[in-house]
Amino acid sequence: MTASDFVLGFGEAGWGAALLQAAMMTLAVALTGYAFGLVVGSLGAWAKIKGGTLLRLIADAYTTVLRGIPDILVIYLFYFGSSAVLTPLAGLFGISGFVSLPGFMAGALAIGLVSGAYQAEVMRGAYRAVSPGEIEAAIAAGMSRMTLFRRIIAPLVLRYALPGLGNVWQLVLKESALVSVTGLVEILRQAQIGAGSTGQPFTFFFAAAVLYLAISSFSTWLLRRTEGRLTLGSRRA
Amino acid sequence: MDIPFLYETLLKLLTGVPLTLQLAVSSLGLGAILAVILALARLSGLRLLAWPASCYVFIFRSTPLLVQIFLIYHGLGQFHGVRASFLWPILREPYWCALIALTLNTAAYSCEIVRGALLSVPPGQIEAARACGMSSFTLHRRVVFPLALRHALPGYGNEFILMIKSTALASIITLMEVTGLAAQLISESFRAIEILIVAAAIYLFINFIVTRLVQWAEYALSADLRPPPAALEQGGAL
Repeated sequence: MTASDFVLGFGEAGWGAALLQAAMMTLAVALTGYAFGLVVGSLGAWAKIKGGTLLRLIADAYTTVLRGIPDILVIYLFYFGSSAVLTPLAGLFGISGFVSLPGFMAGALAIGLVSGAYQAEVMRGAYRAVSPGEIEAAIAAGMSRMTLFRRIIAPLVLRYALPGLGNVWQLVLKESALVSVTGLVEILRQAQIGAGSTGQPFTFFFAAAVLYLAISSFSTWLLRRTEGRLTLGSRRA
Repeated sequence: MDIPFLYETLLKLLTGVPLTLQLAVSSLGLGAILAVILALARLSGLRLLAWPASCYVFIFRSTPLLVQIFLIYHGLGQFHGVRASFLWPILREPYWCALIALTLNTAAYSCEIVRGALLSVPPGQIEAARACGMSSFTLHRRVVFPLALRHALPGYGNEFILMIKSTALASIITLMEVTGLAAQLISESFRAIEILIVAAAIYLFINFIVTRLVQWAEYALSADLRPPPAALEQGGAL
């Protein structure tokens, strides 16, 4: 077997380039979903900490439900559910057949909504870890609420939340494989296509596993480095 | 809201609950045995045992479960050796493949829970047991495992919930548990939102019950940490 015959190679018959491109798609959908989750999660944490009875109830229901149902149901909900709304709407414009949100959008929204529930809990915990003395000191120094948040609360919460947020990122990365059910060509979908057309499923799914392993290891390394930077100011025993 | 349709959907989806529970319970049970073996290997202090166990945990925790399911269900058939072997009647069945993948996956996560729990057993307790002349087997049976079980329970409760959610992925390799039935109903009726909400409610209910059971078990296992009933009565009288 020469290098150019190898199915995972980068030659004309090789799938290497396609798989790497799919890895970029995995990163894109996971990062988009994660960023969306950060926004939803921050709002959720804020509602749980500072909200009134109703807001707290809604936020609690959100985090309980989204953490208690399988992720795949949420992806189906956005993918098939959006078609229940969009297909009749498209019919009005003379487009017939199955119309749904694009896989990327449905996937990113689903990942965002699920990871937001986890991120809300992480950030709520991190906020609790900020010592009241620091906040009181800032108020005593005459900081406005905005400055207090920007210069004291946000940096401290980020520092305490980072390990938890890192865990959620690893979760999101693995969850992104489920988006393959919408037909979005990310790592797993590309591996399925390759397996189908070459008849070598083990080779392709193994390659997919290695790609996920590589992304996840790189993330761990990066997170550990960032954590080191963010905790430079704190004492270590 | 179309209540009769929701009710009909609920009845249809409930027929998938036994398979969902069966997958979750068997994989958690088998996974727990594997997890204890892996945790003991990691803590053995022998490189030859600890290193492979660490690798196993790292690999299974860093890759998506769906990839593991596909690797076992679709992937293994690539090898003639596997297809010719006596294992093939098992490995070509989606049920067994899903069960194997779920078991191997939960074993990796649970190994870390068990390892943490074993490490949390105070050394003094172990020394005391040794001083009483307990054999290593008795020591584990009567001191280490009961104490570790208590520490592991909250973490293991999370793992129960994760696994119940993970069984939904078995539907992708054609198993007709709750999610599989839901997907089938959607393709027949195109009423995705209602069907998915009913399916979600079923999972939420199962997880609610599981959470309660774990809480009850935690309570039952912490009798020594609670004040004696007599003290409670006195406290109530004051």
